[in-house]
Order: sequence, then C-alpha cells, then structure tokens
Amino acid sequence: MAYINVPEGVPGIRSLVMFRPETGKYLYELAQVLLRGPSPLTEAEREIIATYVSSRNECKFCMSSHAAAARALLGKDEQLMDDVLTDYQSADISDKMKALLNIAGKVQILGKEVKQEDIDAARAVGANDLDIHDTVLIAATFSMYNRYVDGLASLTPPNREDYVEMGKRLAEKGYSVPQPAMAQ
Amino acid sequence: MAHIELNSNEPGIRGPMAYSPETAKPMNELAEILLRNENNSLSKGERELIGTYVSYLNDCLFCQSVHGAMAGHYLECDVNQIRAYKADPSNSDLSDKMKALLSIAGSVQKGGKHVSSIQIETAKSIGATDKEIHDTVLIAAAFCMFNRYVDGLGTWAPEDQSFYANRAPQRAQHGYVGSVAPNSSAV
Repeated sequence: MAYINVPEGVPGIRSLVMFRPETGKYLYELAQVLLRGPSPLTEAEREIIATYVSSRNECKFCMSSHAAAARALLGKDEQLMDDVLTDYQSADISDKMKALLNIAGKVQILGKEVKQEDIDAARAVGANDLDIHDTVLIAATFSMYNRYVDGLASLTPPNREDYVEMGKRLAEKGYSVPQPAMAQ
Repeated sequence: MAHIELNSNEPGIRGPMAYSPETAKPMNELAEILLRNENNSLSKGERELIGTYVSYLNDCLFCQSVHGAMAGHYLECDVNQIRAYKADPSNSDLSDKMKALLSIAGSVQKGGKHVSSIQIETAKSIGATDKEIHDTVLIAAAFCMFNRYVDGLGTWAPEDQSFYANRAPQRAQHGYVGSVAPNSSAV
C-alpha cells in the first residue's frame, strides 16, 4: 500500500498525480516535451534511455511501463528493448546509442560521474550537442520519476502483461495527466 | 567549460535552461509550485531547505548554494547556519517534523526504495500530513533531477557564496518561472 492516501487500485505515478494534480501537470508536460517533442533521438530511442535508467534505479513500475512503450514504438524490432536491458553493449543498436546509454548510466549514478572521456567517446561516434543534452536530461528526469514512484511506495503491477496496454497508449497518445474518472 | 556548447555564460542550470527553453518551462513551473506556492503548510524556507539538503548530498555546488541562500533568506539565518543544517539536520534546532521530513528526503536521495514505512510512520506521528510527505518526496526527487542536469552537463558555478546570497532576495520576489531568458530571444 502506498505511504499516502492515493486513489486505490491506480498504479504508479498515475496515482500520485491524481493525489496532487497541481504538481502532476508539470511532471506530465515535462515527459511529453522530452520524450515526444523535437529531438534528434527517435521516440523509441528516448524510451529506451528512460527504461535503462529506470532499470538501474530498480524502479519496476517505470521500467515496465516505458519498456512497454518502447516495444510498441519499435514494432517488429521490439526485442531490442529486452536486449538492451540484458546487455546494451551486445544489443543490435547503433554505436551512438551505446555511447549515449553509457552517459545515461553515469548520470543515473550522479551528475559528476559524466567525464570528458564519456562525452568525447559519444562525439566520436556521431553524437551532437542535442543528443547529449537530451540524454542527460532524460536520465536526470527519470532519476526523479523513479524516486517519486518508489519513495511513496505506489502500486506496482507485478506482471509484464499488466503494462502492454499502458505502453500502447504511451506510444500512440503520449503523456497526458490522468483524470480521476478515467482511472477506475 | 560545459560538456556542450550552451551559448551562455550564465552559471549552473541557467545555461542548459536557456539552451532548451521547451524543457525549462515545465521544470521551472514545477520548482515554482513546489517551492513557492502559498497554498502549502510547509514554509518556503522549509521547502528550500529540503532542496538544499538533497543538493548537498548530491554534491551539487550550484544547487546547494542557490537554494541554501534562498533558505537562508526565508529562514533569516546566515550561511554558517545553513551549512550546519546540511551537515547534521538531526542535531539542530529544526522542528521534530522537519527532522523527520529531512530524514525521508535523505533516503529519497539514495533511491526511492530507501524510504521505509518506519520513517513515514514517525513523520506522521509527529504531525506530518500526507501532502507534506508527498511534497517532501517530490522536492527531494526533483532535486535529484536538477542536480544531475546541472552537473551531468558540466556547467560552472561560482565558489563565492556571496554571489548567491546577493541574488536570493530578487529570486524570492520574482520566483522561478521566467527566470531564464531563452537563447533565441536573447539574440
């Protein structure tokens, strides 16, 4: 059970923003612009970065929901999401994505862990300033969402299947604040 | 020098926010409602202190200096007192409720799962409301984002604490929304 009196049966961050929609509004706006707005990274690539950081933070709700969104966006290549979670270095993704995931992993530990050599390595395989900016901010942002979701012990559905519909919705409709009536 | 070309000489988060105004907008609006909205039973000083403490634990010089100066401004205490609160909040003159909330914030900084039901029960038993606990967790989580954005891009920060103290009254008056002009409009 969650640590505070959130609507019953509503999972993860959705229950928290229904408890406090005044702050939830901006959390969803940030996710929408960062994961669906203009970026040199595809929507699937951005969801993969978000999932990878959530996995490192052991936030099952965020990891499962964003993995489901990434799979929906990847379509026939959906296996890539699982390959990245198993070992991104051996996954069939671009060298640039590997270098960006390395940076995201450093950000997950702490901002200062990102070293010049990490940046140089990403640039050497084609990453530009915007790629690096968006990667750092996605990793930073999920270091927030993960802590929010688990710090208040929000409901986390246990099975992969529980997230499939959520993932499709995130892939097709993006991030909009859940309304109380929709949640039941 | 920052890891990317921000086209800005501004310190800390101000460079990346000018570089990316689309993402800066909801980030500043989040900071505004969490830290400055009047409809909150935690004082502005208390909320800034939570942000300061988490930024200190994350070793982010810019954020702990900015928000430490803001906390000092609202709580009417000097930089040494803020430094003492950061270093050891449990042995300070803060209220028992603030000590319990800072303990929760410290756990959030380590990772969401570090917050225990005992910490929550303790905070509730000395009067913390659900909303206060919610806001404490979200402020702590939000600073884990802000701190990583600032340091993950290698931005610079003035060492001199008077730089931040001098700016605090103006920031307290005008708030966070619209505090950074986008690069495009600055040209």
